[in-house]
Amino acid sequence: MERERGNIFQQIDWLTIGLYLMLAIMGWLAICGASYSYIDTNILEFLSPSERTGKQAMWMGVSLFVGIILLCIDKRIYKDWSYIIYIFFMLLGILTIFIAKDIKGSHSWISIGSFSLQPAEFMKFATTLALACFISKREYKIDNKADFIKSVALFLLPMLIIVSQRETGSALVYLSFFFVLYREGMTGLVLLTAISAIVYFVVGIRFGETSLGSLDVSSGHYTVLVLIQIFALSMLKLRCRHDKTFMVLLAVNGVGTLLAYWIAVYIIAFNIIIVQYVLIAFSIVYMLVRARLAKENGNLWVVLFICGSMAFYASCDYVMHNVLQEHQRVRIEVLLGLKEDLSGAGYNVHQSKIAIGSGGVSGKGFLNGTQTKLKYVPEQDTDFIFCTIGEEQGFAGSTFVLVVFATFILRLMWLAERQNDRFGRVYGYSLASIFFFHFTINVGMVLGIMPVIGIPLPFFSYGGSSFLGFSILLFSFLRIDADRAVKV
Amino acid sequence: MKNYGNEKRKYVLGGIVITVLLIYIAQLFNLQILSDEYKDKADSNAFYKKTIYPARGLMYDRKGRLLVYNQPAYDITFIPREIRGIDTLDLCNTLGIGIDDFIARMKKLRRSRGYSSYTEQVFMSRLSAEEFARFQEKMYRFPGFYVQKRSIRQYTYGAAGALFGDIGEVSQKRIESDPYYTRGDYIGTQGLESSYEAVLRGKKGTEMLLRDAYGRIQGNYLGGAHDTMPIAGKDLRLGLDIELQALGEELMKDKIGSIVAIEPSTGEILCMVSAPTYDPRLLVGRSRGENHKALSQDKRKPLMNRAVMGTYPPGSTFKTSQALTFLQEGIITPETNFPCAGGFRLNKFKLGCHAHPSPLPLGPSIATSCNAYFCWGLVRMFSSSKYSGTAEAMNRWRDYMVSMGFGYRLGIDLPGEARGMIPNAQYYGKHYGKYWNAVTVISISIGQGEVTLTPLQIANLCATIANRGTFYTPHLVSSIDGDTIASRFKEPRTTMAGREAYEAVVDGMRQAVLNGTCRGANIPGIEVCGKTGTAQNRGKDHSAFIGFAPKDDPKIAIAVYVENGGFGAEFGVPIGSLLMEKYLNDTLSTASRERAEYIKNRVIYYGEGER
Repeated sequence: MERERGNIFQQIDWLTIGLYLMLAIMGWLAICGASYSYIDTNILEFLSPSERTGKQAMWMGVSLFVGIILLCIDKRIYKDWSYIIYIFFMLLGILTIFIAKDIKGSHSWISIGSFSLQPAEFMKFATTLALACFISKREYKIDNKADFIKSVALFLLPMLIIVSQRETGSALVYLSFFFVLYREGMTGLVLLTAISAIVYFVVGIRFGETSLGSLDVSSGHYTVLVLIQIFALSMLKLRCRHDKTFMVLLAVNGVGTLLAYWIAVYIIAFNIIIVQYVLIAFSIVYMLVRARLAKENGNLWVVLFICGSMAFYASCDYVMHNVLQEHQRVRIEVLLGLKEDLSGAGYNVHQSKIAIGSGGVSGKGFLNGTQTKLKYVPEQDTDFIFCTIGEEQGFAGSTFVLVVFATFILRLMWLAERQNDRFGRVYGYSLASIFFFHFTINVGMVLGIMPVIGIPLPFFSYGGSSFLGFSILLFSFLRIDADRAVKV
Repeated sequence: MKNYGNEKRKYVLGGIVITVLLIYIAQLFNLQILSDEYKDKADSNAFYKKTIYPARGLMYDRKGRLLVYNQPAYDITFIPREIRGIDTLDLCNTLGIGIDDFIARMKKLRRSRGYSSYTEQVFMSRLSAEEFARFQEKMYRFPGFYVQKRSIRQYTYGAAGALFGDIGEVSQKRIESDPYYTRGDYIGTQGLESSYEAVLRGKKGTEMLLRDAYGRIQGNYLGGAHDTMPIAGKDLRLGLDIELQALGEELMKDKIGSIVAIEPSTGEILCMVSAPTYDPRLLVGRSRGENHKALSQDKRKPLMNRAVMGTYPPGSTFKTSQALTFLQEGIITPETNFPCAGGFRLNKFKLGCHAHPSPLPLGPSIATSCNAYFCWGLVRMFSSSKYSGTAEAMNRWRDYMVSMGFGYRLGIDLPGEARGMIPNAQYYGKHYGKYWNAVTVISISIGQGEVTLTPLQIANLCATIANRGTFYTPHLVSSIDGDTIASRFKEPRTTMAGREAYEAVVDGMRQAVLNGTCRGANIPGIEVCGKTGTAQNRGKDHSAFIGFAPKDDPKIAIAVYVENGGFGAEFGVPIGSLLMEKYLNDTLSTASRERAEYIKNRVIYYGEGER
């Protein structure tokens, strides 16, 4: 089904463009708020090219122009050029390591005249393109080990290059491609394992020292054991579909847990963690018996998961106290709220929380924030830009920004789903995953939930390269989406 | 080629996105709405509430001469942990102190309460502008050292120090009881500075400044919308004549005692001298500490205002009050004569008197200060059938004294006023039981014995006589920034004695100047009235004098009290006379000037004892 030429603007998803423009404008205003100083108060200065806000406005213009050009580039061209683009940017990335000047320990900036560019921002585009192209090959099978490893290698290479540029935070973004692989059929165990590992670690360490209600047991330890059973039961139900085993274990473990808790609280206090160990042991034995008798082989995976989880939890504790260096442990403890280290590792996050918290329901008003303006929050117009929104626009405004952002990501996923070929879908999901990763890490960091990893909030953080990079990703996909009827 | 098996995974991925969104909104809700903790922290983070101190009210004398004003002074402060790598010797040289002094100061500060290496500590206080300028030039060499500008008092004249009082840093106790003050504020500690503190201090203003993460001030919050301007303290206009005051202080040089002069028609204090005195300018600047220490350790107590805090036997000046009482009670008439054969004799009791004709009526008795006359008066009063007995007579007498302002605080606008002592029947009952009579208490009739008055009360007695029976509560401040003063200073108070009685006493006082004990008080062309006093005490007699002039339109009423000055005529009379002349004529005649020089140069030796 060939589409008529010149009709391109009717095919474009204008909703996405609208969301994009909204984010861009809100982002620019946030930068105004963050860079506005009490000393010079001339608002017209915001558009002056010597100000950061002026520079950002100029980059936004450039991005829009590039975006319009990209809308005119046919989808097929990407397919033909994807590897070449990939190789070009990888080489540029490697070159950057050697020619870039040292800026705060990072070697990721190339200066051309008075402009500085960060090739890493464009490597995302190149990688997305190459991955989409590779996966959309007719003979690609994700279950095939060689194919899987090759596709992972496609994004591990830029990761490696960026780590060499000493931009670890930006490198981590490439992990978001695992979401894409998951969508394309990679086993969910990887995702489940990753999520449960994070949950065990956070819950186990965070609440390791606090007691459970009035009971003298570690609530972290107890919760992790309960979570292991919940995850195991979910696996049993969703993956193995062994309903009978599921029902028996749900009944025994559920009743056992509740009864033990009830007795401990109302009748006689005792160590209910032991009950959880007994329940877990029972589950393992019961599943093994069922595997033997009813040939429920899937049970073995669940048992493996339980054992793995227990081993992981035990090692977390060990790693935390015996393996990690003092400063690493402090960093983790600060993040988890176990320690207040306001001048060292926790300073940024603490100040950021103060700035956001002081915003209240409706905020202090545009350009009226005190914390961000007075530079209490470091990196306030780049990585910590969300503080300004929190302080000046309050709960109402910052929630609105988060909702718009999430809508934008969900819309991209929706667009990806409607593609007729794997190329478009992989491309769309890559895009959504990258935005999602940036969103989650950046906002989470500012809110004190995620570790301090210096990556920008797309369209908000000050920085021409990142704005242009994200715009290129978005507009190329919009054209691909407009061309979805064209099969390649 | 859609992979339908995996299509459901979009719900998992979408679910993750929504979960993250919800967690973040929950955290926003927690930070921004549930918790107040961060808002408070933000305020203390960014807001720097700077106090703007108002100018303290000034003081002027009755002729509009500026007496007390403000001048900037500079405190050198430092934040201990910010000090690094300074040349201590250089610092000492710049500040003009020795290295030992530096070490001693640091040691003392470190031991004091409230020391913290994070907060500003006062290293040296009250540097003058010149001293500050010298330090400022080199300040860049001393990181961690700062300068705090303060406003301190300066004085045009070297007189009336004890009246003005002093300002100093507010005490911890006061801070706790009065929310107006914060640590380091100045507050009036003595004299007028203390009693008019609320008027003089004005109202502090505040500036809400924004401070960045490096502590640098970034301007006013919301363009100064939350700032409040300070309100300057009100100026005080005093009834004091500073030239009169200065002359009084000079005349009292090398003597101990007091002079109080009152304008009878208003109750305004014209001068109030307490000797020894001190130059208030000694307590300005960096030598303040040293000088203050010396003054407060001086055994003659120059910091004490004897005029209101000291109590003395009034001696013969008190006889005027006795005459008024006896006349009003009908015990005597101006024509009543009492015998005096070298003193008062009753049965075996004898109280001496000096040589003068006898018997005498009231007028000449006042003029010659006859002891016997007033003793007889008291005896006759105590034995009068008007009263049920000695006790009632005694208390009746007490009522007269109290109505004249004795025995209780007059209520002058200065802190620390003493009451003096007027005994009553219960007082004697406690000491003598039932067995006491007029003879037992006879010395009260001549201003001795249990009776003590403050110099202010003595002066007020004189003002009452000048006014023929009324007085205004004595006060130093005549108006506050053009406004009137408290109404209690505006309401006349009357004594129990009537006008006729007063006229008789005035007549006696006039005779005293014309041909009695205080002939030396006579001023050509002015009708002066006076009464001497020679108060007995353990050492040499105290020399006292009260006087007012002109007789029929009194402008000034004065009391002079010189400790161990001998006869009233020796110090009291000439000093009182000179001051009345100075005030009424605005200058001294050549003869008076010579007399003044003579008095100024007379020294009374008091020995080394505590006074």
